[in-house]
Amino acid sequence: MTAHHPGEQLLRRYARGDDDIAADQLWAVESHLETCAPCRGRLVPDPIAETVWADLAPLLEHTPQMPSARPWRRRLTAWVSPTAGPWLAMILVVVFVAVLLDRLSKVAPGGISLVLLIAPVLPVLGVAASWGRTLDPVYELTASTPRAGLPLVLRRTAAVLAVVVPGLFATGASLTQWLLPCLAFTAGTLALGGLIGVTRAAIALVALWAAAIVAPAVALSRSPGAFDPAATPVWAAALALGLLVIALRRTAFTRLGANR
Amino acid sequence: MRNTVTAPTTYAWEIEARDLRVRVGRRRMAVDDVTLTMGRGVHGLLGPNGAGKTTLIRALATVLRPTSGTLTLLGGLELRELRRRIGYLPQDFGYYRRFTVREFVEYMAWLKEMPGRDVPSAVQRAIERVGLADRADDRLKTLSGGMLRRVGIAQAIVNDPAVLLLDEPTAGLDPAQRLRFRDLLTELGTDTCVVVSTHLVEDVAAACTDVVLLADGKLVFQGTPTQLAAAGTAEHAGDSPIERGYTALLAGPKRHGSW
Repeated sequence: MTAHHPGEQLLRRYARGDDDIAADQLWAVESHLETCAPCRGRLVPDPIAETVWADLAPLLEHTPQMPSARPWRRRLTAWVSPTAGPWLAMILVVVFVAVLLDRLSKVAPGGISLVLLIAPVLPVLGVAASWGRTLDPVYELTASTPRAGLPLVLRRTAAVLAVVVPGLFATGASLTQWLLPCLAFTAGTLALGGLIGVTRAAIALVALWAAAIVAPAVALSRSPGAFDPAATPVWAAALALGLLVIALRRTAFTRLGANR
Repeated sequence: MRNTVTAPTTYAWEIEARDLRVRVGRRRMAVDDVTLTMGRGVHGLLGPNGAGKTTLIRALATVLRPTSGTLTLLGGLELRELRRRIGYLPQDFGYYRRFTVREFVEYMAWLKEMPGRDVPSAVQRAIERVGLADRADDRLKTLSGGMLRRVGIAQAIVNDPAVLLLDEPTAGLDPAQRLRFRDLLTELGTDTCVVVSTHLVEDVAAACTDVVLLADGKLVFQGTPTQLAAAGTAEHAGDSPIERGYTALLAGPKRHGSW
């Protein structure tokens, strides 16, 4: 910063681009202008701004303005996968129908509750809809972005659970019976998904559940032992194992394989 | 044609592959021992169907992990930082039917972790560059195939990538749109490393500064379009010098007369 501001005439000659300014003077003006905002202000007279604006104004009228593109959608897609909406709605409908059927058949203590039978596999469907390649047309693009990976998958999963868990809670079924299986199956889908792909994992787990729990329960017409309080440690262990595998395989979700 | 305005880079090549192999499925090596370097400019990736073009582009887009060999992009950045600087248009470009053009490109900008305040203007600029400004607020399901392709290009360039990977971008574009697209390619190629896979030889002749020819996963040729044209003689099949060069380089003894 220097107190020696260039004179009016010198500054005008500099602005015009006169080439007869002595080299030392030119250098002094130039370096002074770099550090002195008021002098730069003197360099640009007001009419310039007006001329630029006069050129720009008609152009601006033709340029389409940027409308706020539905901000709620932007906030929503940060959590819920754009494809998952209809599937989440379907899950709620399925829960509602199950509750209705249970009410109609008046579940006796010890009888089979349909809500309990479907509860663990509901989030599995939601997760498959959020990250599987069969249901998400943009899977390849998504997998190539920096945000792809475990944090995004967990966000999508949280969104699914945020629909499924309150939905099941509202049915009035005993919380202790379905919450752990539900979480264990969700973690299992992601853990297995990191190894063989989310869609395949979802199919495998739903098939396993149907074959091992649902079929015997329907055939023998009694509530499966999987919902007994005694099974709680088993479910907790499964959940812990699932979370451990997810943590170990966390980089898998940044590649294409996890969508299969 | 280096852009002197941008800051100097710390790497010699945007893309550097050494003995790169990428396996697809259990056995097939879709990219086999490819060694190549690519800098700024437009690189045309040519080759018959099944030559490994898409697999190579997927590996460059970091969605497929190389089976062996090394692949260094932008001097070897950490994966997440690297992906912020890549633009990618896959061959089967899927989209969300109920999104508008603007919403879709905005969503992609969010996935690419662009700073929130830059997003609206970057989205507008990308949409204008592909000539869709008048359809910006229409839903994707109302657009034609060529327009969807251009939406795909818009989402790829929205983050001003340093490496731009386009897999068959001209499929579905009409002749006039293809001419405009070539102009856009040339413009992007001045400060970006653009890799375009195509099977249209004339696209390469018009817009590319460099040609990479793949066959059966192996690198057959890398050089300028002029060098490619020089490889062909009058007796090779083709309507243009470049096409003749293409057939000459691919005409191995066992491929003769087959598709």
